[in-house]
Amino acid sequence: MDANASARLKKRGSAWALNIALFISMLIICLPGLWIVLNSLRPTVEIMAKPPVWIPRELSFDAYVDMFSGVGQGGIPVIEYFRNSVIIAVTSTIISLAIGMSGGYAFARYRFKGKSAWFLGLMLTRTVPGIALSLPLFFLYAKVGLIDTHAGMIIAYTALNVPFTIWLIDGFFRQVPRDLAEAAQIDGCTRWQAFWQVEFPLARPGIASAGIFAFLTSWNEFALASQLTRSTDSKTLPVGLLDYTAEFTIDWRGMCALAVVMIIPALLLTYAVQKHLVSGLTSGAIKG
Amino acid sequence: MKASRLPPHMMLLLPAVIVLAAVVVLPLLLSLWSSFTPFRLTKPESVYQFIGIRNYQRIFGDMDFWIAFGRTVLLLTVALNLEMLIGLGLALLVDRQTRGQRLLRTILMFPMMFSPILVGFQFKFMFNDNVGLVNNALQSLGLTDKAIPWLIDGKLAFLAIAAAEIWSSTAVFAIFILAGLMAMPRDPQEAARVDGCTPWQTFRYVTWPFLMPFAFIAMTIRSLDVARAYDIIKIMTDGGPAGRTEVLWTLIARTAYSDARMGMANAMAYVAILLSVAFTAYFFSQLGKARAQVAGDW
Repeated sequence: MDANASARLKKRGSAWALNIALFISMLIICLPGLWIVLNSLRPTVEIMAKPPVWIPRELSFDAYVDMFSGVGQGGIPVIEYFRNSVIIAVTSTIISLAIGMSGGYAFARYRFKGKSAWFLGLMLTRTVPGIALSLPLFFLYAKVGLIDTHAGMIIAYTALNVPFTIWLIDGFFRQVPRDLAEAAQIDGCTRWQAFWQVEFPLARPGIASAGIFAFLTSWNEFALASQLTRSTDSKTLPVGLLDYTAEFTIDWRGMCALAVVMIIPALLLTYAVQKHLVSGLTSGAIKG
Repeated sequence: MKASRLPPHMMLLLPAVIVLAAVVVLPLLLSLWSSFTPFRLTKPESVYQFIGIRNYQRIFGDMDFWIAFGRTVLLLTVALNLEMLIGLGLALLVDRQTRGQRLLRTILMFPMMFSPILVGFQFKFMFNDNVGLVNNALQSLGLTDKAIPWLIDGKLAFLAIAAAEIWSSTAVFAIFILAGLMAMPRDPQEAARVDGCTPWQTFRYVTWPFLMPFAFIAMTIRSLDVARAYDIIKIMTDGGPAGRTEVLWTLIARTAYSDARMGMANAMAYVAILLSVAFTAYFFSQLGKARAQVAGDW
C-alpha cells in the first residue's frame, strides 16, 4: 500500500470516529428528555418492573388526562399551577422588556461617565443566589403582605430579569447603525419618533428573543418561588412538581407528565428565537 | 418650569435602577443588618437586638459550614472546567459538519430549555437505584448484578449531581464557542496551515485566541447563575444522605427555613453572595482582557 492510500484511509477513519463521537454526544443530550416522555406514557407497573421492560407494551395518555381533570394523583391542581405560571411569567416578561428597552438603549446610544461600572453593577445584582435573596424578600413580603400573591412574584421576577434583558437589548441596539436614527432626525423626526419608527423595528427580532429569555427564566425559576408561594393562589409549576414527591413513594409517571407539560412551551419558544439569542449576546464580543 | 434636571441616559436607566434597588439592594441591606442579629422567624422582635459579628464567628468556627463551602467551590470548579472542555469539543465536532448544522444546533440548545428543577428530577429518576435508567441499563448489559446506590452513597451522589449540572449547562459553552467558530475569519487558519503548523499549533495559537472572548461570554453568563445548582441538588438529594452533598445553598435554606435561624442564615448567605460576585467579577475582567487582545490582533 503506498503512502497516499494509507493517509487517505487514516483520514477517512478519523472522520468516521469524529462522526460517531458527535452522534453519541447528541444521543446523551437527547436521552433524558426522551426517557421522561416515554415514562409519562407508560403505566406505573411497567416503570417499576424488574427486570426492566425496554420495549413499552402499552402506551396511554392517562397521566395527562388525570393531571388536567384534577382527580386522582392526590388531586394535584395542575391547572391552577399552570395558570399562575402563565400569568406571572407573561406579566413579568412584559414589564422587564419595557425596563430593559429603556436601559439597553441608554447603554447602546449614550456615552456617560462610569458606563462600564454601571453595567457591571447591574449585572452583579443578578449574581445574588435566589436562595440568599429569598431570605430578606420573605421577611419584607411578609411585612407588606406580598407572600403568596401574583404581584409579589411578578415584582421579584422582573428584578431577576432586568439585568440580563438590558445586556441582550444593548447588544441588539448596537447592531442597528447609529446613522439611521440620525438620518431620521435630520429629516424631521423627534428622537422619540426616530426610535419607534426606525430603531425599534430593526431591533425587534432581538427584543423578542430577549423577551423569550425573560419568560423562560420566570417559567423555570424555583428557589424564590419555593419560599414566596404558599398555596394554589400563586404556586408555579416548578414548585408544583415537588407535590409529587411529598410522600415516600414518588409518582414517577405523574411527575414525568408534568415535566413534559412544563417543557413543551419552553421548547417551542426557544426554537423560535435560537438564532437571535446567540447573535445578541455575542455582538459585544469583538466590538466591545 | 424645567422638566427634569437628569440627563437622558439617567432617565432611561432610572426604572431599572429603581426596581433593582427595591427588590435586590434594599433586601440585601436588610439581610446584612439581620446577619448581625440573633433573628429568628419565631421571635420577630429579635431582629432589633445587635450582637455584632457573633453569627460570623459562629459559622467560621463551624466545620459543617466549611465542608459545605469547600464542596460548593469543588463542584463549581469541576463542573465549570468540564463544561468548558466538553462544550469546546462539541462545538468543534458540530462545526466540521457540513450538513444538518441547524438541526445539530437545535439539539445542542435542548438542555438550556430545561428548568434546573426539571434537570434535577430527570437525573434523580435516571440515577434511581431501583427504577432508574442507568442501573437498568447496567443490569441488562450484565455489567453489574446488584443495584448501585447512586444517590445514597455520598461520593456517587456527588458524581450524579455533577453529571446533572454538566448536562444542563454544557450547552451554553457549546453554543457560544460555536458562534465564535462561525464568526471567525478562515484566512489566518489557512495561512497557518500553509506555513506548516500542526493542527494542534493552529488551534492553540490561531483559533483559540479568537474564541476566547466567546468562551468568556459563556463563562460570564454561566457565572451569573451558578446558584441554579441549588435547584438541582435540592430535588436530587436535598443535601443528603446525612449531609454528604450539602452545599452552601442547601445549608442556607435548611438553617433559614427548617431551623428558622434567619440571622445565622443571612450571615451564610452573605458568604454565598460574595462567592458568586467574585466569580462574576473575575470573568467580566477576563472578558475585557480577551476582547482587548482580539481587537489588537485583528
